[in-house]
Amino acid sequence: MADVLQQVVSGIASGGVYALLALALVLIYRSTGVVNFAQGEMAMFSTFVCWELLDRGLPYWVAFFLTLAISFVGGVLIERLVIHTVSRSQALTVVTVTIGLLILLNGAAAWIWKGEQRTLENPFPSDTFDVGGVVIAAQDLGIIGVSLAIVLVLWAFFQRTRVGLALRAAALNPASSRLHGVRVSWMLALGWGLAAVLGAVAGILVAPTQGSFDQNLMLPVLIFAFAAAVLGGLDSPIGAVVGGVVLGVVLNLVGAYIDFFADLRLPAALLLILGILLLRPNGLFGRSVVKRV
Amino acid sequence: MPLLELEDVEARYGAVQALHGITLDVGERQVVSVLGANGAGKTTTLRAISGTVRRSGGLRFDGKTLPRSPEAVARLGIAHVPEGRGTFAELSVDENLKLGAYTRRDRSGYASDYEELLKHFPWLAERRDQQAGTLSGGEQQMLALARAFMARPRLILVDEPSLGLAPLIVKQLFDVLRAWIDEHGMSALVVEQNANVALEHSERGYVLEVGRVAVEGTADELRGNESVRRSYLGY
Amino acid sequence: MTAFRYALRVFGFVLFVAIVVYLPFRISDFRASEFALIGIYFIAILGLNVLTGYTGVISLGHGAFMALGAYTTAILVADHGMRDLWTIPLAGLLAAAAGAAFGLPALRLSGPYLALTTFGVAVATPIVIKKFDGLTGGSGGINLFEAEGITGLPEFIVTLPGGKVLSFNDWLYYLAWTIALVLFAVAWAIHHSHFGRSLRAIRDNEIAAAASGVWLASHKTLAFSISAFYAGVAGSLLAIWAFSVQPGAFPVDRSIALLVGLAVGGLGSLAPLAAGAAFLVFLPQLAQGISKAPGVPAVIYGAVLIALMIVLPMGVGGLLRWITGPLTSRLYPRS
Repeated sequence: MADVLQQVVSGIASGGVYALLALALVLIYRSTGVVNFAQGEMAMFSTFVCWELLDRGLPYWVAFFLTLAISFVGGVLIERLVIHTVSRSQALTVVTVTIGLLILLNGAAAWIWKGEQRTLENPFPSDTFDVGGVVIAAQDLGIIGVSLAIVLVLWAFFQRTRVGLALRAAALNPASSRLHGVRVSWMLALGWGLAAVLGAVAGILVAPTQGSFDQNLMLPVLIFAFAAAVLGGLDSPIGAVVGGVVLGVVLNLVGAYIDFFADLRLPAALLLILGILLLRPNGLFGRSVVKRV
Repeated sequence: MPLLELEDVEARYGAVQALHGITLDVGERQVVSVLGANGAGKTTTLRAISGTVRRSGGLRFDGKTLPRSPEAVARLGIAHVPEGRGTFAELSVDENLKLGAYTRRDRSGYASDYEELLKHFPWLAERRDQQAGTLSGGEQQMLALARAFMARPRLILVDEPSLGLAPLIVKQLFDVLRAWIDEHGMSALVVEQNANVALEHSERGYVLEVGRVAVEGTADELRGNESVRRSYLGY
Repeated sequence: MTAFRYALRVFGFVLFVAIVVYLPFRISDFRASEFALIGIYFIAILGLNVLTGYTGVISLGHGAFMALGAYTTAILVADHGMRDLWTIPLAGLLAAAAGAAFGLPALRLSGPYLALTTFGVAVATPIVIKKFDGLTGGSGGINLFEAEGITGLPEFIVTLPGGKVLSFNDWLYYLAWTIALVLFAVAWAIHHSHFGRSLRAIRDNEIAAAASGVWLASHKTLAFSISAFYAGVAGSLLAIWAFSVQPGAFPVDRSIALLVGLAVGGLGSLAPLAAGAAFLVFLPQLAQGISKAPGVPAVIYGAVLIALMIVLPMGVGGLLRWITGPLTSRLYPRS
């Protein structure tokens, strides 16, 4: 039993990272109506920026928050310069542009940082605690704590501030929002900026757990984040968080206890999600949209 | 000088021209109605003012040329209650009202306006946290008006408030609109199919036909006009 | 369609065929191999267009159907001594069956959910192939160089009366493009059939289409199945072209590439999709030609793709429609 609990805790930690990236996907999906395939690469790029800042001798948390700021600006710029110019085109065009961004960012990171393996400083101690026979790593607790803090800050921003309200309104009813003076197109850019920040946190948290990383750091994480977002419902922030955590825990348990699936964690997860989607086509928390003719 | 002046305004949807040169004005503290049949260009006139349709011609607000983007128009103090009410269905009633006041910064003014609003629409208080999409049509129309009021605009554009509502509610809506406007020194431009109610609450009116102004005058003049009476007032 | 425009279409098709037939006489052996690959991509993109262009469903999983087609051919040729040509339709049919089996339940999902589910299938494909190594040869894949059923052996050389030497690359070229042109004609026929109109009706308005008596599930499933057939045929040709199959040949990138080819060629067009296929083959080469430094080709590829989408949001096909379309639609663009 203690063994299982241990797997659950470390599952929650990796699930927290999936949740952050899934939340970023949901944020952009809700405002732009597009699945952002470049989300993982944006996060990877941010992680390299953080590494660079640390490499130049900045203290950890200074580099951390500076990276978030840079990521925010980067996300806003991507929306303004690229996404905005194709935002009125068909979905395939916008999706293809995010695929172009994925390829471009991956290449740019390989170019700037020479495609070499880097090691990102770990902000958490490597201690473990024994709680009634359950061994818990400080790193896992740290990841859970930071993820939770970010989610709460974001929630407060959306629920308690004027700009957060305008952002939600712009996503739900852009035409009416403009009539109230909300600068909708800037709200979309703001959404991209926030998504980039979420991705940056995910990348910075996940990189030290991998030992070393290169420009392909986030591709597997992105796939799990997609799965988490779909599981929870693409338009539901709560769904993204729950989906991420559930996915993290299930993957960990399946990988640890069912031998056949040990190297088939990914297909197993997909099968599970497909099954759930067949019962609930809009995810666990998504709303089904009633279409008008 | 009138608050709003339109001079020879044209507008088109793609290849279809909807306005063929509209000239009208709204004075300070006036309610002006725009009447006409379906497709006459009433809604498009409001859209041309708020910048939600492409237009050309002279549009001046308080003597200055109106900007092109709806956000900028809203920030000048023009609140547009659009066709379909523009309800934020997934947000709460309270959040809808806050969005109405998005462009204003005075918190105390918002609070006092909210108190005043409750006198006209007392049901708002008990529905604060309810999702706006679950309100009835009449309530949503009142909420739409309330959102516009909360912006403290100088001019309110209202598109067919009577659409799909019971006569009693329509009358109540117009009464509240008139009262609020008189009290706060605002102006309103109201598009309406129900010419009787509209003229009753207006100083002046315009009748549009196929994208042009066919008749204009004071409310009494329009009521006295033989063809207007037969076509739009129905007696 | 007026008689003139119809004649123009027929003339265009004949010209297209003529160019395809004549091309190997003008290009090197190496280029012939590349153009054969373009033909293979063209087939897969035509198939994807049947799904995405007509039903609006974006699939990121067609690399999986290509893999299925490729492995069908490889296993039949290597383990059962079948002739490669006969495996091509079998590969297509098996993929079509798999497409129907996957499509029937999956099409319950709405656009982005389905796109991400198919993406998941694409991601899982190489992993699943490696897992069933008894059948698939695991990571090493299946080699066809020694297989008897391969028609276009590297020793294949035919000298034509004019003195032109046809190599095995020319053979692959003609094989790929013959099938491509046949399937192109099929796609054209689908477009102008009752079925094609029903599909477009579904894309434009599902509920209205259903109300007009179009049975959504069967049409969508059939569209999915047809597009999987195309992908299966393309995969089979890819195995013959490469003389081998490996799980590494079907990464997510391949599914994504097909979608990119479709977007570049132009959703809803047919012949211009060949331009999308050419883009997939030649742009990486061009980028490599500019610089081989790590990451730089990818930067160039990504930047060109983004720029292309900004300039031509409807792809090459959209550009052609704009040029050949009536003047009025240019003067008064819709919305």
